[in-house]
Amino acid sequence: MTDASLTSQGGTAARGRSLSTLALQRLKRNRAAVASLIGLALIAIFCFLGPFLSSHPNDRVYQSYVAVPPSLEPYPAAATLERTMQRALERARVDMGDFSASGTTFRVTLTSPRPIDPRVTRYIDRVDEFDDARVVETLEEGRRLVVEGTVQRQWFLMGTDMSGRDLMTRIMVGGRISLIVGLLATLVSLLIGVAWGAIAGYAGGRIDNVMMRFVDVLYSLPFVFFVILLVVYFGRNFVLIFVAIGAVEWLDMARIVRGQTLALKRREFVEAAQALGVGTGGILRRHIVPNLLGPVVVFMTLMVPKIILLESFLSFLGLGVQAPLTSWGVLISEGANNIQSAPYLIVFPSIFFVSTLFALNFIGDGLRDALDPRDR
Amino acid sequence: MPRDNPVHGTMTDPILAIRGLEVRFRTSDGELAAVKGIDLDVDAGETVAIVGESGSGKSQTMMSVMGLLAANGEARGSVKYRGQEILGLPSRALNRYRGRKLSMIFQEPMTSLDPLYRIGDQLAEPLMVHGGLGRKAALKRAEELLDLVRIPDPARRLKSFPHELSGGQRQRVMIAMALANSPDVLIADEPTTALDVTVQARILELLGDLQKRLGMAIVFITHDLGIVRRFADRTYVMKSGEVVEHGPTEGLFAAPKHAYTRMLIEAEPSGRKEPVPTGSPMVLEAKNINVSFHLRQGLFGRSAHEIRAVAGVDLAIRRGETVGVVGESGSGKSTLGRAVLRLLPASGLVRYEDRNLMPLDRKAMRPLRKELQLVFQDPFGSLSPRMTAGEIVTEGLLVHEPGLTRGERDRRAAQAFEEVRLDPLSRHRFPHEFSGGQRQRIAIARAMILKPKLVVLDEPTSALDRSVQKGIVELLRDLQQKHGLAYVFISHDLAVVRALSDEIMVMKAGKVVERGSVAAIFEHPREAYTRELMAAAFLDRREQITSC
Amino acid sequence: MLGYTLRRLASAVPTLFIIVTVAFFLVRFAPGGPFDLEQPLAPQVLDNLRRTYNLDQPLHLQYLDYLAKLVRGDLGPSYTALDFTVGEMLRRGLPYSIALGASALTLALVLGVVAGVFAALRQNSTKDYAVMAVATVGVTVPNFVVGPVLQLVFGLMLGLLPLGGWGGGDLAHRVLPTIALALPQMAVIARLTRSSMIEALRADHIRTLRANGLPGRAIIAHALRGALLPVVSYLGPAAAALVTGSVVIEKIFAIPGVGSYFVEGALNRDYTLVMGTVVMLASFVVLFNLIVDLLYAALDPRVRYD
Repeated sequence: MTDASLTSQGGTAARGRSLSTLALQRLKRNRAAVASLIGLALIAIFCFLGPFLSSHPNDRVYQSYVAVPPSLEPYPAAATLERTMQRALERARVDMGDFSASGTTFRVTLTSPRPIDPRVTRYIDRVDEFDDARVVETLEEGRRLVVEGTVQRQWFLMGTDMSGRDLMTRIMVGGRISLIVGLLATLVSLLIGVAWGAIAGYAGGRIDNVMMRFVDVLYSLPFVFFVILLVVYFGRNFVLIFVAIGAVEWLDMARIVRGQTLALKRREFVEAAQALGVGTGGILRRHIVPNLLGPVVVFMTLMVPKIILLESFLSFLGLGVQAPLTSWGVLISEGANNIQSAPYLIVFPSIFFVSTLFALNFIGDGLRDALDPRDR
Repeated sequence: MPRDNPVHGTMTDPILAIRGLEVRFRTSDGELAAVKGIDLDVDAGETVAIVGESGSGKSQTMMSVMGLLAANGEARGSVKYRGQEILGLPSRALNRYRGRKLSMIFQEPMTSLDPLYRIGDQLAEPLMVHGGLGRKAALKRAEELLDLVRIPDPARRLKSFPHELSGGQRQRVMIAMALANSPDVLIADEPTTALDVTVQARILELLGDLQKRLGMAIVFITHDLGIVRRFADRTYVMKSGEVVEHGPTEGLFAAPKHAYTRMLIEAEPSGRKEPVPTGSPMVLEAKNINVSFHLRQGLFGRSAHEIRAVAGVDLAIRRGETVGVVGESGSGKSTLGRAVLRLLPASGLVRYEDRNLMPLDRKAMRPLRKELQLVFQDPFGSLSPRMTAGEIVTEGLLVHEPGLTRGERDRRAAQAFEEVRLDPLSRHRFPHEFSGGQRQRIAIARAMILKPKLVVLDEPTSALDRSVQKGIVELLRDLQQKHGLAYVFISHDLAVVRALSDEIMVMKAGKVVERGSVAAIFEHPREAYTRELMAAAFLDRREQITSC
Repeated sequence: MLGYTLRRLASAVPTLFIIVTVAFFLVRFAPGGPFDLEQPLAPQVLDNLRRTYNLDQPLHLQYLDYLAKLVRGDLGPSYTALDFTVGEMLRRGLPYSIALGASALTLALVLGVVAGVFAALRQNSTKDYAVMAVATVGVTVPNFVVGPVLQLVFGLMLGLLPLGGWGGGDLAHRVLPTIALALPQMAVIARLTRSSMIEALRADHIRTLRANGLPGRAIIAHALRGALLPVVSYLGPAAAALVTGSVVIEKIFAIPGVGSYFVEGALNRDYTLVMGTVVMLASFVVLFNLIVDLLYAALDPRVRYD
């Protein structure tokens, strides 16, 4: 009889390939999903490790470089140095004589009707462009000083914002917040949603009815407005933002988990376990939860981008995280406000933001296809 | 249709000629050959059966004739209708034949009609397209067609939606639609498989009648040899994409040439159960079992609606005995099986050995679960997909013999696998890596590992091919003899029930219509309903008695 | 059908009641008040103001008072826009918001369904992938990015369309905000239509039509009707998303609709304005969901009215 002999079936491997192994294999074949996974990992590394490698602290304000456009060349540009020096010396109330700059060093002659205090170099150091200014020669009884120093070269690969902060570092720091909010709020909604949905689904009957009616009522509320109210009234607190978002977004999760639990509960293998005398705990642990994981993971991946979007929506309205913290939504909002004068301010944060959302969506879609039982 | 018209061929030319047909599907695991070069002829007015088990390619053959293959499928070879090549025609050209000269009905009457349109409109549409009728004339013809397929009150039914009709009625509508333009060939793909046996019999009778009146050829795709023997003039036997044997049905059944055909014919469950030794002790006795379901509407259950699924049924079973419970879907037979195991709230008396089970709650029942086991119909649904076969089989041990170590459990699993004749090495695999029959063996092993005294078998063979069924029936028989098990065998399949049972209960609408020994029920059925069931099952009375 | 409609209307009442109650107490328990200005007002003035607006009463009385007035359609005076009632303010902003929302919904629905069907009929072809790539962009790129980008390209770089404002509602002023608001929903509807159309085309009853030799257009018509059901049930969430999105779009394009009232009202602790906006939007969403359900029931004969 064909069904009693196993040797003809699928080779001789004694170890079986579990559903999750198969799903993983399918996921690996999905090039968009794999590329997205790699891309997302790179963005995460960029955001979380980047600030340590960046030469600019995220809140450092370069007054000399307000809203400079992105460039692969270092700032300052040679042509602007003389003018910058002149302005610095005006503040020190001394006149400028010869000025020369070559590469990373400068040499300037200061003149004044009165003897010049050597501490004038501080005025020069205070400017972002110059550093290490020191008097190398004192002439005419101090009325003429020759000062040398280094030209500080700064790279702003993505330019600086309207207050003169390095945009790339801001994007890294903002990305941290966006990703963390996305993840934590998803976890909050996961916790509430899975608990609510699993209880309703497993208990069934009247308890299920009442619990899901409650969800239905909440569903018809304009929830984003409640989040806005919460955030407005209880402060733009980082923790509160993700708790509020998570508390709003659990409804979908509860519905999905409840539907799945209900479907699983009706499956024959659960009845079979009951017939074996397995208790509620064992059924939940061995039969319900492992089979819930797939859809929950898929839904989670699709939920993270939704929440990042919601957080940035709040930030865009000016209700997001507060300075000095920032998020991609805040950066995009700032960019949108200055779109005429500095379009790159919206372009760069949007690229990161949209790439992340793209990647998460592709991963979610890929996971769903991989776990989809229909092509099993 | 003049069959000797020289334009369309001569008397001997078949109306439909298939030559060297191949069907392939592109799948993610590579190309899959479903049909591997078959020849098949259909003459005008005859009934041809294509018989085979699941996966034999019998449906895909006719799907490709009709140009209905799935998008990833491709057909090669030749299909000629009255000498005209129709294989691979674009759908516009194919539509000159489909629904006009060749039509088809399918296995799934519940989903084969568009749920959003009225029956009348769905019937009228092909008439308007092919017959050039106006809407009014088409609806009038649709009414005649409904009358032809014997749907009562056809004028009213025209205005019904599909969900307002029963499965049998929907299949009649499908037949009416297929016959609307008087086709030469009607292809029927397992048209009765999804229906209850008595409905099945009436649909088959209707098809036979219509063929006599309208004279079209019928191609019957089926796995059911009973239907083949009864209806087909000629039969093609298919196995893994090839025709292994064909010829006139009589001859084919009388003297099958190919081993596979012989196996199929012999796979009809045969033999009888040996009688229970006298004085065998009573295992389970149930008296006046009642089960009701409440359909609640609204949040607080106003307008509660009660359905009595089982109404006052008695059941008694002794050691080594098998009680067969037969009935159609909705007769309450599965509910009864679960009620006596106390898996459903029920009223009445259930006595197991010397204990009354009714007052016991879930916890008190738990130790007894070991001795009262259940095996399900669906070998896909009844195994947890994320556990290995070994884990599934030993799950009961976790509850009933918690002291066992992992190693001891594993050894027990290997023993259980051997007992149900599965390779013990396969216990580390997952359910989706087994075939249907193997899965059912795993499910049986899960019950047997606990050494039960009573097993309720709920349609354990119904989802399986006949040849696989036979192996399961033999396994169940052997296990019963070896361990003195008592079986409650629930099935709608009379052939299997006859081969396994001592006593039979016929259920209808929650009540026992008739009960008695196998011989009494099969040879002298008293009730009309029992007789109808028997007639519908096309059992071969001349069945060979083989020892078991 | 009529009874069903009435029952559904009646069931909207408790939902609205909950919304009003939650919003009322959320607003009131929040720290700060409408008259917390940078320069604190004299206690005398503050007391007078509080008395004028009934804010000196116990909270539960204020609540009952608000409910009583709400039933009569009185949303109360605005605390910050002096001399205006909330009703007047909403009446002033609503025409803009409705015009914008309605055109965005129509655009999203029409183009979304057309694109979805187009892609489904050419499943796995280059055209299908192209349409779906655009739709994926639409789903992922939020409208507060799309809006400024449209402004940048069509307003600044090409100089074709005005950057913002309503300008009396002429087409030129409407184009960009409508597209920016509609795009994400259009993309969702296109994806939804495509997948449900593909599923519908695979259904058994479509196979029946093909087996009966019906022409392609009949098959598409049958499949489309089934495929539209999920799209119809998505209209409720789509409308809610449009309401949310309009808050942003109105800000970006400087359109004087009601969306801006809400955020400003919340920031200024203008209790009645926030409440008024919430009540209005919630009623709209609830009502719209009701209409969608009725539409669904009209399309699907399997829905029973009980």
